[in-house]
Amino acid sequence: MATPDNLKYTKEHEWISITDGIATIGITDHAQSELGEIVYVEIETVGEEIEKDEVFGTVEAVKTTSDLFMPLSGKVLEFNPDLDESEGDNPGLINEDPYGEGWIIKVEISNEDEIAELLSAEDYENLIS
Amino acid sequence: MEIVLKKTALYDKHVAMGAKMVSFAGYDMPVRYTTLIEEHMCVRESVGVFDVSHMGEFYVSGDGALGLLQRISSNDVSKLEINGAMYSCMPNHTGGIIDDLIIYRLADAEYMLVVNASNIEKDWEWINSHNTMGAIMADHSEQMSLLAVQGPKAAALLSKLTDVDLSAIEYYHFEKGRIAGIDDVIISATGYTGSGGFELYVDNKDAAKLWDAIFSVESDIEVLPAGLGARDTLRLEMGYCLYGNDIDDTTSPIEAGLSWITKFTHDFVNADGLKEQKEKGPLRRLVGFIMEEKGIPRSGYEVLDADNNVIGKVTSGTQSPMLGKGVGLAYVDVPHHKNGTPIKIQIRKKTLPATIARPPFVQLTKL
Repeated sequence: MATPDNLKYTKEHEWISITDGIATIGITDHAQSELGEIVYVEIETVGEEIEKDEVFGTVEAVKTTSDLFMPLSGKVLEFNPDLDESEGDNPGLINEDPYGEGWIIKVEISNEDEIAELLSAEDYENLIS
Repeated sequence: MEIVLKKTALYDKHVAMGAKMVSFAGYDMPVRYTTLIEEHMCVRESVGVFDVSHMGEFYVSGDGALGLLQRISSNDVSKLEINGAMYSCMPNHTGGIIDDLIIYRLADAEYMLVVNASNIEKDWEWINSHNTMGAIMADHSEQMSLLAVQGPKAAALLSKLTDVDLSAIEYYHFEKGRIAGIDDVIISATGYTGSGGFELYVDNKDAAKLWDAIFSVESDIEVLPAGLGARDTLRLEMGYCLYGNDIDDTTSPIEAGLSWITKFTHDFVNADGLKEQKEKGPLRRLVGFIMEEKGIPRSGYEVLDADNNVIGKVTSGTQSPMLGKGVGLAYVDVPHHKNGTPIKIQIRKKTLPATIARPPFVQLTKL
């Protein structure tokens, strides 16, 4: 199971990549493997300001539904159009490439102090092992 | 508190084949080996093999056996012939169901009851508490393994391992015979997938040998191990009830659409109550439904009518791999239960349209 060193993580099995105050957020390889085939991603919070730990969307696998939690407070700027059922409609990208084409949302970070609370790759590996 | 999960005799096989294991009814069971959809489609098109050894098996025999079974069973066991199997349920005194089960008649006065793993203790106590007939009871659950070999090509595959004429075994019948060099295997033309095939009851000590033999058959028939994930989506496409989801201690067989196994030709626990309910008509019914828009129904979601009044609750739901749509089972208040009725399912903040549809949701051609 891959856990790239250059990303940050949460105990809710999300990864975060930060560039110029913008966080790109997805779910980890471990998370997609646990969920199985993802058939639907519901994100209806684009444009909203959401607090850390609040739900920003939902991932539906054949077997289960899993809520997605904000790893950092901020404004949801974008939902990956390749996953969106009204555009690319290919939620399986999360299974195929969880850290790349399967990214889920981009967020404008409102409180940079929260970044320090995220987990390193090593911390996350320890959590799931 | 750490709960120690039980392992079936095939546990090491599952781990070696890369299964993702989950806790289910006190057992560490395979939920999938590759992907749920691949396993699901393999059962629909070819053959999938499930380890369902967690299921319980009780033997009931002796002069009092039929009398005891007639008392606890909603279906009429006097109609069951030797080498026949019968789906039934055990009603409780308060309008609910203790468990659903399959009853096999092994000999003139010998029966095998196959019950849900999560209910083994409850069922054992319940049946014993009604045994005023002196029937001999034995719990073989810990000694028996059960392999469900399911799919349209199951007979073709298994015929390489046995001289028993599998094509001659009618649905809900069985033969006891030699398969893969193992004697006295109960080869039953039953299953929980709707795709045909067999369930093989075998002693624990022979389970690994049978499992290996099935996966070593030299043929061009595709066969995959399949987990509980595919088992659930397969049964839901057929609209089969799952105890604990769609039926339980509070749901009656009449409500659950199990009138066909509730025969008032004999006296059983709560027969009068169920007969009255059947005559008056139940206030709610278990129905199948198909989503009209993208969204997956799940157990516990509310069912709404056109005016957004709550009329029921989803008991099982999934994305049907065959249809590519959400399907589910739900209890809805009468008269909203009729086939074709437009309903809505409350999925988080959305109310999505669905239509009541009589299962099976997937039409399979019989071979």
